[in-house]
Amino acid sequence: MSVRTLEVDGRTITAMADQTIFSAAWDNGIRIPRLCHLGGLPDAAACRLCLVEIEGQKRLQSACTTKVAEDMVVRTDTPALQAHRKLIIELLFAERNHVCSVCVVNGACELQTLAAELGVDHIRMKPQYPKLPVDVSHHRFGIDHNRCILCTRCVRVCDSVEGAHTWDVAGRGRNSLIISDLGEPWGESASCTSCGKCVQVCPTGALFSKGKTVAEMRKDRSFLQYIVTAREKRLWIAERKPR
Amino acid sequence: MSRRIVIEPVTRLEGHAKITVQLDDAGQVRSARFHVTEFRGFEKICEGRPFHEMPGLMSRICGICPVSHVLASSKAGDMLLGVEIPPAATKQRRLVNYAQVLQSHALSFFHLSSPDLLLGMDSPPEKRNIFGLMEQDREFLRSGIRLRQFGQQIIELVGGKRIHPGWSGPGGVHERFTTRQRDEIVKWIPESIESIGIALDRLKSVLDSFREEVAHMGNFPSLFLATVNEEGGLEYYDGVIRITDGSGNTIAEALDPHRFYTYLGEASESYSFMKFPFYQPFGYPQGHYRVGPLARLNVAKFAGTYHADREMREFKQRGEGAVCQSFHFHLARLIEMLHCTERIEELMEDPELFEEAIQAKASLNRREGVGSCEAPRGTLFHRYWVDKDGLMTKADLLIATAQNNQAMNLSVEQTARRFLDAEPDQGMLNRLEAAIRCYDPCLSCSTHALGRMPLVVDVTGPAGEPVRQIRRET
Repeated sequence: MSVRTLEVDGRTITAMADQTIFSAAWDNGIRIPRLCHLGGLPDAAACRLCLVEIEGQKRLQSACTTKVAEDMVVRTDTPALQAHRKLIIELLFAERNHVCSVCVVNGACELQTLAAELGVDHIRMKPQYPKLPVDVSHHRFGIDHNRCILCTRCVRVCDSVEGAHTWDVAGRGRNSLIISDLGEPWGESASCTSCGKCVQVCPTGALFSKGKTVAEMRKDRSFLQYIVTAREKRLWIAERKPR
Repeated sequence: MSRRIVIEPVTRLEGHAKITVQLDDAGQVRSARFHVTEFRGFEKICEGRPFHEMPGLMSRICGICPVSHVLASSKAGDMLLGVEIPPAATKQRRLVNYAQVLQSHALSFFHLSSPDLLLGMDSPPEKRNIFGLMEQDREFLRSGIRLRQFGQQIIELVGGKRIHPGWSGPGGVHERFTTRQRDEIVKWIPESIESIGIALDRLKSVLDSFREEVAHMGNFPSLFLATVNEEGGLEYYDGVIRITDGSGNTIAEALDPHRFYTYLGEASESYSFMKFPFYQPFGYPQGHYRVGPLARLNVAKFAGTYHADREMREFKQRGEGAVCQSFHFHLARLIEMLHCTERIEELMEDPELFEEAIQAKASLNRREGVGSCEAPRGTLFHRYWVDKDGLMTKADLLIATAQNNQAMNLSVEQTARRFLDAEPDQGMLNRLEAAIRCYDPCLSCSTHALGRMPLVVDVTGPAGEPVRQIRRET
């Protein structure tokens, strides 16, 4: 695999040719904010928080899906990008009903943490207060659409890691909703294996373990690294003995 | 010409309220009312949420007594699960409840009411507050602040944070109690018992100068309702409901708190957002009753701890059969603080508190759950209904302060009749507010005015036209 040399935030770094800007920057200690990307899952560029400026290109590009190139000059933290990210977070808060004080992941929520880091202290647009359902028909887990940011991590982990593809997205735009199977209650889903991976990768309190109360839930994603590493090393595929 | 006097907002209590006094043509008090002017709507907010979230959500009702709501809500959740929680969890909940009664009573007595009691009802308004008291008696006030700190410290140690701790939920509690926590708590106990003793002596020594107030600021027979244990002693977490009357006769014994709705009803009046609960067999308004410290000491036969029992015996002699003067809420509050501290001390030596099992695991087994406990201001009831998946379909809360609503109205009226004349001065107006402060009403969590809020008294004519305005600036 060939190597590319590029400049990120004034630093010259090297990366493998098939790496994304996001992972190359991450490897070099340059942290780009994100909510939909999660190491080990295929990327969807859904949250638009990792948008970066690339010299010579008019449009901003999502770092999680753009491959590095030789002599590329990337800026990840300009005032314009900061303002842009702040706006995205505000829009996320305005779009659904995010009430941290009574949320199961209060204090360990990626949306909350990022909002604090980006200095979001109020929302400039009118909150929409949509009336959204809470589905707790599953015997172990629940989904609260009020707290969902449509990052689709659950959809991707269920499809590409668990292989069940229970979750998908229905509707368009502001009417988008995560659904199980063809819109049946989660508890009645025929494809769900109740593995709980979706719950652990969810960045907010939208997916939660039942029985948890305010600020009690902490998400554990260590399983993901284990599974991905094991897959890469083909640990589950029995060696065929030469005949 | 008839006139109306309006005190809005009423200061040095938790929440927003106003008092109106209607005067007739001769300048005599025709009626006086206490209005709660805020609307919260928590029962509606809860609909559609999972019941496991309720303790955290309900605790947001109040910043002074969040623990009571967490406990009543957790107990309703226990019932929905259909479990009996492990003894260690029960004891932890008890401990935090005692701590909360202690801190809330300290706030009511030292921060909010002692300026009236120790500086006098007629002292100048700019001095009649916690800062004025600090100038006069720094050490006394400091001991009060420390008492509140003690209670808050326990809540923080066990519950994780001082306000809105979310450590308890349906089925039990989330963390084990440790010896490190015990060691932190026991350090405070001797100082606390001493401070409460001093405050008790101090209050008793000034009671003589309030003879008129004691006799006319809410002195009437009424029913009293409180939780007691099986032997009839003081109880705050788990027991049965007992109701007595103004002469100390038992009206109802061993009522099941889980079925409170079968014997308690709620009426509403157009002038207040707060409901008017009553004891159903007596009807409304005859069935109104008082709850809280005064009611608990009247209803319970004994306290069950050494110092508190001694004080309680003396306290009960202040009335015939029952102490009917609402002014003695203050004294009752101090006795309860003493009792709570003694109970905390007992709990610290209880090995069951440290046990490993703290959570009973179960899924939803019932569609309706009720939880009750004694909050600092009186008996609190939460009643929940859920659907087959555990989403709330309805919540019904009976809050302690609401149960004192009718009594507060009667107190305001009695106080106005005795102390108010056509040209009210600051001292008279303060007595109206002080009549309310006896009950330490908790109208919401948001407001803590230290006697520094603007007070406006509007005097209006019969058609509502403004006649005169008396204003106390911030």
